[in-house]
Amino acid sequence: MRVLVLAVVTATVVAAAAAEITPGDRRSGYDFSGPETRAMQDDDTANPGMLGVLQGETLWARKAGAADRSCADCHGDPRTSMKGVAARYPAFDPALARPLDLEERINRCRSEHQGAEPLAWESEDLLALTAFIAHQSRGLPITVQTDAELRPFFDLGGELFHRRQGQLNLSCSQCHDDNWGKRLAGAVIPQGHPTGYPVYRLEWQSLGSLQRRLRNCMIGVRAEPYEYGAPEAVALELYLMERTHGMPIETPAVRP
Amino acid sequence: MARVLINLPSRAKRGEVIEIKTLIAHPMETGYRLGPTGVVIPRDIINRFVCTYNGEEVFRAELFPAIAANPFIAFSTVATESGELAFSWTDDHGQTQTEVRQITVE
Repeated sequence: MRVLVLAVVTATVVAAAAAEITPGDRRSGYDFSGPETRAMQDDDTANPGMLGVLQGETLWARKAGAADRSCADCHGDPRTSMKGVAARYPAFDPALARPLDLEERINRCRSEHQGAEPLAWESEDLLALTAFIAHQSRGLPITVQTDAELRPFFDLGGELFHRRQGQLNLSCSQCHDDNWGKRLAGAVIPQGHPTGYPVYRLEWQSLGSLQRRLRNCMIGVRAEPYEYGAPEAVALELYLMERTHGMPIETPAVRP
Repeated sequence: MARVLINLPSRAKRGEVIEIKTLIAHPMETGYRLGPTGVVIPRDIINRFVCTYNGEEVFRAELFPAIAANPFIAFSTVATESGELAFSWTDDHGQTQTEVRQITVE
């Protein structure tokens, strides 16, 4: 009996390990998109996400808050100061002792250094600024850190990724590790690599954050979605970014 | 002012066919959708786009509610002489936004 249990346990572990996508097999959502969608992303004058980047550039230079300072007043030229930043987020914030994603970092910067009101989640301005900053890292490999301080958050994200949830009782990994490339109704299941956020989604007809996308998926499996900025949401973002380690940033990506 | 992206060559040979691509930020609200309280969101679309080349109309489009947000319009024209191309988008409120780009024809 004990041998049988051990065999079952071993088989489960092997199955779980085999399900992880090997680095050579990793593919961006870009590769699963249709030729029209790819063409739209490739051409900066046809990519509607660039309208957000354009707006972000304006906001970068606009003075805000009690300090009457703009992003540019502290950070200078975004092409150098913001290069590679998005590839490192979510990152650990020592003062809060937890990871912050790029949107939260922008809002922390606003409240701490500009004395301005934080921008609302999914607001056009926050998405535009995030897209503008992330765009400075386009083409650079994702190199998020998951060392000592971030390890518990990364582990939580991994646990959530593999946890079955919702009325459909599905985990993220059951679609995105085990069944990528197959179809869910009319749509191809991608591997779930967040390479191009904020992403212009044709279904949304606007830019949207990774957290919005995660909420979409959770509603899809009929689970209760995490609130914007919830620790679980950021942990999941962190896990997904590490899972994508080394793949290039595409912001602003276009997805169906 | 809505954000606009226009792509056309700054220089062209006389008689050359040039491609012009335009993208404008606009919600293109259809007028068929319901808001969170069940009330219809009023229609708000760009309904007309015109491009003139040194004052002469070279391209015009009528837009309808089935066109997605942030309409992208690409078309071509023949480079005849140096001058300016003006692009105008008119929405349901009757507001027109015009952008001008220069072209040099050799």
